[in-house]
Amino acid sequence: MEEGQVVRWLKSEGDRVANGDIIAEIETDKATMELTARGDGVLRIILVAEGGTAPVGDVIALIGTEDEDISEFQAASPVNGTGQSEGAAAPADAEVALGTSVAGEASAVAGETSAATGPTAGTESPSGDIGGRIKASPLARRLATESGVALSSMSGSGPAGRIVKRDVEAAIATGPATPVGAAPAVGTVAQVEAATPVGTAAPAEAAGGTAAPIAAPPFVPSGAEFDDVPLSQMRKTIARRLTESIGPVPHFFLTIEVDMGRAIEARSTINTMLEQEGHKVSLNDLIIRATAAALRRHPACNAHWMGDSIRRHNRVHIGVAVAVEGGLITPIIRDGDLKGVAHIAAEVRELAGRAREKRLQPEEYSGATFSISNLGMFGIHEFTAVINPPEAGILAVGGVEEVPVVEEGEVVIRNRMKMTMSCDHRVIDGALGAAFLATLKGMLEEPTAILT
Amino acid sequence: MAELTYRDALNQALAEEMERDGDVFLLGEEVAEYDGAYKVSKGLLDRFGVQRVVDTPISELGFAGLGVGAAMVGLRPVVEFMTFNFSILALDQVINSASKMRSMSGGQIGVPMVFRGPSGAALQLGAQHSHACETWYLHAPGVKVVTPSTPADAKGLLKAAIRDNDPVAFMEGELLYNVKGEVPDDDDFIIPLGVADLKREGGDVSIITHGSMAHVALHAAGQLAKEGIEADVLDLRSLRPLDVDAILATVAKTNRAVYLEEGWPYVGVGAQIVAIIMEEAFDDLDAPVLRVTQADVPMPYNKKLETWAKPGAARVVEACKKVLYV
Repeated sequence: MEEGQVVRWLKSEGDRVANGDIIAEIETDKATMELTARGDGVLRIILVAEGGTAPVGDVIALIGTEDEDISEFQAASPVNGTGQSEGAAAPADAEVALGTSVAGEASAVAGETSAATGPTAGTESPSGDIGGRIKASPLARRLATESGVALSSMSGSGPAGRIVKRDVEAAIATGPATPVGAAPAVGTVAQVEAATPVGTAAPAEAAGGTAAPIAAPPFVPSGAEFDDVPLSQMRKTIARRLTESIGPVPHFFLTIEVDMGRAIEARSTINTMLEQEGHKVSLNDLIIRATAAALRRHPACNAHWMGDSIRRHNRVHIGVAVAVEGGLITPIIRDGDLKGVAHIAAEVRELAGRAREKRLQPEEYSGATFSISNLGMFGIHEFTAVINPPEAGILAVGGVEEVPVVEEGEVVIRNRMKMTMSCDHRVIDGALGAAFLATLKGMLEEPTAILT
Repeated sequence: MAELTYRDALNQALAEEMERDGDVFLLGEEVAEYDGAYKVSKGLLDRFGVQRVVDTPISELGFAGLGVGAAMVGLRPVVEFMTFNFSILALDQVINSASKMRSMSGGQIGVPMVFRGPSGAALQLGAQHSHACETWYLHAPGVKVVTPSTPADAKGLLKAAIRDNDPVAFMEGELLYNVKGEVPDDDDFIIPLGVADLKREGGDVSIITHGSMAHVALHAAGQLAKEGIEADVLDLRSLRPLDVDAILATVAKTNRAVYLEEGWPYVGVGAQIVAIIMEEAFDDLDAPVLRVTQADVPMPYNKKLETWAKPGAARVVEACKKVLYV
C-alpha cells in the first residue's frame, strides 16, 4: 500500500474524539479500512477531504486540544493533504497519519516515518552515515553490493568516516552479522535442503535405521521466523543477468501433469467422514495442504527475494488467489503445513467470502511465502501465473480432466490435472523447481505421503 | 642496443628519418650552423646540406607557417622551436592552420609535420621561459602531443611522429637531454603514438604522469617502496592520442591514482585524466584522484621558491599516502 483514499469522514471538525474512535474510512488498494484515533482530543482540522488521496504516512487530520495553535496547518487546508510534511513542527498532540491504525502495514509505515524524521542535527556518526547518506567510496559501494554486506553495518576508516575498500574487506572477512536465533535455524535449513523428493530415500540419520525412508525433518515451531541467506557471487550474477533479460522478476515456468485419481478418492473419503459435521473439502484444499507440505521439504522454494538477500521462511504461509469484483486478492492460509485439510477448507471458505466483500484485514492478505492460483473451475486446462513479489513462486493449477492415458500398453481413462509453477529465477533454479514439483506430484498422486 | 643520451637518440631519429625519406627536412633557429641550441641537430647540416637543414630568423610565426605550407604541398617538415616557450608566438599557425586543415579541406589536405623542442621548466630561467606548454596544444583537436621521457622513447616516438600524417607537437625535456639510456639500434624502431608505458609495476597505487615527470614519479615510487608501498608508474608518453585503456587498467588494479604533471593545475592535463577516470572507472575508485602539479603561480626565479613551486617527489609520496588512507 502506497497511498489511500479517504472514503468517508465519520467525525467532523470540532468533534471530540477518544482514543480508539473510528474517525474515517480509508480505501486501500485492497480493502476499505477503518481509521481509528490514537489519542483523545478534538478533531481540529481535516486536511484531506472525502474522495481525496494521500500517500501513506501523510498527515490527513489533526487531533489536538481546543485552543492549540494550528495556523501552520490551516494555511494549506483543506484539500488534499499532500505537502503537509512531517518535518513541520506539529503543534497538535496527535497527527492522524494515513494508515497508522492499519495493523500489519502500520508498523512499516511507522518505521518509514521515524526514519524520515530520524536524522538529527549535524552529528557525524563514525560509520560515515551523514543525514541518512552513508559516505563510502565508489569501490566500497561496489564491493559491498557484490558481496552482500550492508554498508550500514560497518564503520568507515577513511577521512570523515568514509567507508573504503579495506573496511568492506574487513566486514567480509568477519562475516555478516548473524540474526538472533539464526544458529539453530541455519542447521534446519541445511538439513531440509538435504531432503529429497518423495519416493527417493533420504539418508536415515537415526541409529538403528528406524527413521522412515521419506521422513521430512521435524518441524520446530520455535526459533526464527526466517533466515536471510546472503547472496553468493553466482546467485548475484544470476539475479542481475536474468533481471536484465526479462523485466523486474525473471520468470520461468515448469509444467507437470498429475494423476488425480487417488486425490479424488481421498477427498471422497474425507468428505464422507465430514458429512455429519456438514463440512466439505475441495481438491483445491488438498492441493493447498500438499503444496504446504512440499514447501516444507523444499524450503528454498518457500522464500522471498529481498534484493540483497534471499529470505527463506521457516513457516509456510500459502496465498490463495481469490477472484473478486474488479480484481483479485490472495488471502493467506498460515502454517498450511500444520493444518488439517478440513481446517484449511473452512479457512479458505471463510477468507474467500470476506475477500469478495472486501472485508479482509491487511494481515489476512499480506505475508504469503508462496501462492496458488487455481482456474480449474473456470475450465482452464493449464496456464501461467505471475509471481507476486517478493514471493519466489506461484503455482497455477488447471482443471481435472478425464483423458485417455496409455498404461502398460492399454489405453485407459484417467483424471489428470496440469500444474504450472512460475519461478523467480533469482531464487529458484530449474532443477530446484522441478524437484519441488516432483514432491508435490508425488503427494497428490499418493495423498498419504502428505502425512509423512 | 646502445647506450645513448636523450639528445643523441633524438639526433639519431632525425638522421635516420631524413635518410629514409627525402621529403623530411629540418628548420628553426640555429638548427644548422650552430647544430641547434641544445645540439640535437649536430652534424645534420654536413650530412644533408642547406636544402634540408634550414636556419631561420627569429620569427616563430613565420617559420612555423612556412612549415605548414610545405607540409600542405607534400613535404614533411620538422620545425624546431628553441623552446616551446617561444612557440606561443606561433600558435596561430599551429592551432588555426595546422590543426584544422584536414577537417576544413574535407580530408584533401593533410599537414604531416612535427613541431619539436624542449618544454617545461629547467633551472632558474624565470617565469617566461619555464612553461610546460602541453595544454596549449592539447586543447585543439587535430594536433597530436607527444612527451618522451627516456632516450628510447625519444627516438621511437620522434620517428613515429615524423612518419605520422598529422601535425605532432613533440615536447622534449630540457633537463633530459643528458639522460642516458638503452636505445635499440634498429632503423625502424618505432613506438606508436598513443601507447602508454608502465615504467614501474606496483599494485598499491597508480602514479600516472607524462614527460620528464616520469623520473620524479619513479623517484617517488622508490621512496614509497621503502615504506612497503608499491606503486604503478604509468608514463602516458603521448597525450593525444591517449592510452585510455592503460589508465583504466592501472586504476582497476590499484583503485587509486595520483596524476603528476609539470604544468599548472588549472585545466591542466591532470584535469582531463581525472575526468576520464571518473567517467570510465567510477566504481573502481576507493579514493578521489589527486593531482600533483606546479603551484598555480608564474614560475618564481628565486631558487627556493622555484623548488617549492615545482612538483617534487615528496609531494607525490604525500599524495599517494593520502589516497591510500595511510
